[in-house]
Amino acid sequence: MIKRFKQLTLATSVAVACFAGALPAAQAAEEQFFMIPSYRVGPYGANGQSFYGGFIDYLTYVNMKGGIDGVQITWEECETEYNNAKGVECYERLKSKAQKAPGPIHTMSTGISYALVDKSAADKLPLAMMGYGLTSAVDGSVFPWAFPLVTTYQMQASAIIKFLKDKEKGSLEGKKIVYLYHDSAYGKEPILALEAESRLNKFTLVQIPVAHPGNEQGAQWQRIRQEKPDYVILWGWGVMNMTALNTAQKMGYPRERMIGSWWAGSEEDVIPAGDAAKGYMSATWNVAGKGVPLIADIEKTVYGAGKGNLKDTSKIGTILYNRGVSAAVLSVEAIRTAQAKFGKGKAMGPEQVRWGLENLNLTEARLKQLGATGLLPEVKTSCNNHEGSGKVKIQQWDGTKWVPLTDWIEGNKALIHPLFMADAQKYAKEKGITPRDCSKEK
Amino acid sequence: MQFFLEVLIGGLLSGVMYSLVALGFVLIFKASGVFNFAQGAMVFFAALSLVGCMEKGAPLWLAFILAFGIMTLLGIATEKFVLRKMVNQPPISLFMATIGLAFFIEGLAPLLWGNAVRRLDIGLVDEPIPWILEHWNMVISKFDLVAAGLALALVAVLALFFQYTRVGRALRAVADDHQAALSIGIPLQHIWALVWAVAGFVALVAGMLWGARNGVQFALTFTALKALPVLILGGFTSVPGAIVGGLIIGGTEKLAEIYIPPVMSGIFGGNFGGIEGWFPYVMALLFLLVRPEGLFGEKHIDRV
Repeated sequence: MIKRFKQLTLATSVAVACFAGALPAAQAAEEQFFMIPSYRVGPYGANGQSFYGGFIDYLTYVNMKGGIDGVQITWEECETEYNNAKGVECYERLKSKAQKAPGPIHTMSTGISYALVDKSAADKLPLAMMGYGLTSAVDGSVFPWAFPLVTTYQMQASAIIKFLKDKEKGSLEGKKIVYLYHDSAYGKEPILALEAESRLNKFTLVQIPVAHPGNEQGAQWQRIRQEKPDYVILWGWGVMNMTALNTAQKMGYPRERMIGSWWAGSEEDVIPAGDAAKGYMSATWNVAGKGVPLIADIEKTVYGAGKGNLKDTSKIGTILYNRGVSAAVLSVEAIRTAQAKFGKGKAMGPEQVRWGLENLNLTEARLKQLGATGLLPEVKTSCNNHEGSGKVKIQQWDGTKWVPLTDWIEGNKALIHPLFMADAQKYAKEKGITPRDCSKEK
Repeated sequence: MQFFLEVLIGGLLSGVMYSLVALGFVLIFKASGVFNFAQGAMVFFAALSLVGCMEKGAPLWLAFILAFGIMTLLGIATEKFVLRKMVNQPPISLFMATIGLAFFIEGLAPLLWGNAVRRLDIGLVDEPIPWILEHWNMVISKFDLVAAGLALALVAVLALFFQYTRVGRALRAVADDHQAALSIGIPLQHIWALVWAVAGFVALVAGMLWGARNGVQFALTFTALKALPVLILGGFTSVPGAIVGGLIIGGTEKLAEIYIPPVMSGIFGGNFGGIEGWFPYVMALLFLLVRPEGLFGEKHIDRV
């Protein structure tokens, strides 16, 4: 009996020792942590739901395919309600977890991004602002940790003007364009670019702000009716967009002459407006639909395995869902780029991820490999160009879906980039930042 | 002059929409002497319930009845679980309770119905009436006129209800003093449940109209922001005051949005638009200095 007890004790000890030996190995498995300050409730919850659903679905998809060269992705969401204070609170709460091996932070909020630009630089955590945020952060010599990837508000505004110019057979001279914008940092960002374009192309620019939240625009549209503009550029967000479309209908302004920013160009903006949205156009830096093989494969693989993030699967393939996937694709590719330099199969530290973001080269061939051809434009970043593309497509709502009208259009880089480069240098002077010498960056 | 008139009429019609939301505040205030912070959330919840029932296949009229049923249940639950414990407590405690209620409703609504932005079709197109456009070159929409008609009808019915029915008188007594009203046999619990149900009905009408215009979404809670200056102007206890306050706020804010920014830009340079958000509050503030109880509010006199 005693012998049997000894045998049992020995066997148990061996098993415990083996298990304990295995534990450090499991803990040491390489992991890349993404803090996700998302919003799924509150005034813009519907938009956040689709974006972050797409973002997380792609991370799950990568994990299901073996991770980033074996490195598994982990993440934690924190609800910001699109509120700046809560966004900062989420960042502070999660930053310690992200110090070792972070993923780029996506807040999908210009306000929260503004609040985090300095903080993330001080904490050395990479901040991505894809299609939003501080435009002057394109200048990586001043903003090494902030990445307004793909395109910025100013380049988008310039691309819209280019599209309208092409529509008007190459000249906007003597035309009148109303800029109807959300009276916030988001709405004010592209004004500089539009004013420069108006001087260059000799059109009249009429600026009409709308107070938040924009659910009442009678006076603004009465003024638009009086101004009789050739086009209206709509820079709205949330309820402001559908109110603008409905009021345009009420005032008899043709929707075919209205063109929105990419935050005024999702299904959430047009479906509630019903027929009032038919013919309305918007810019976008990613396409909608499940025609992109990657989106179809995510649905098959992730949702097929019951691991999808969205309860409402009708959102798969919408503009914002695909934008979330695009944001995740770029984030993962930045980590892959970093791994190619600093060691495959290893979790990347903050400085390495930052390097990856700064040396992204998402070519057409790579997009094809990922099954993402046409989902987003090619992106090639560098120390002095954290934007990497500056291209958008123009799409039109046909009453049931967004139809692309153009190929990728690039804004007037020669006109626009110097504007925010100057802004960045001014910022550096104000904050006492010594800009990096980009020629020495490798 | 024609443009001025068009802006003014458009503003007055918008003002009626603000009055609809303000009415809900007035009802609760008249019955309990408390500013109901949750009114905006109730508008959102009511509209979401309406569109939710329609999505499940109910026609508009049935969905409206069902949504009213849901709002009545919410009113009864509010009385039972929130207000009953607060009888004879200072108004600030009741006010704080309504703040909690607002957060609760804002969370409950998407939990029950989802948070997608929905379209609400009530068969009214927000398009200009062709005859007016053709003859007077003015944009007046059928939608706005129907909304104004509905608001006026509601105001008339509620004003008569408060003035000439026993329940209406009981409501006023409760608002004056809970304890005294109870001591003379007024069933406080029933009165409160009833008034919250009626406020729910008003929220449903407001939510239906605002939702049909701008889509049913969380931003409906912001309609409350439009109602506050209306209340200050019209008086917190006056049903007709809500409509008059709405008309004044709607008309002046639209005129201000059109005519003040160019003057300001001329003097200071830059762009001064988007004043609709704060202008009504400044106006209400100035009005408070002259007439703190509002246009139709009851003058409060304390014996020393």
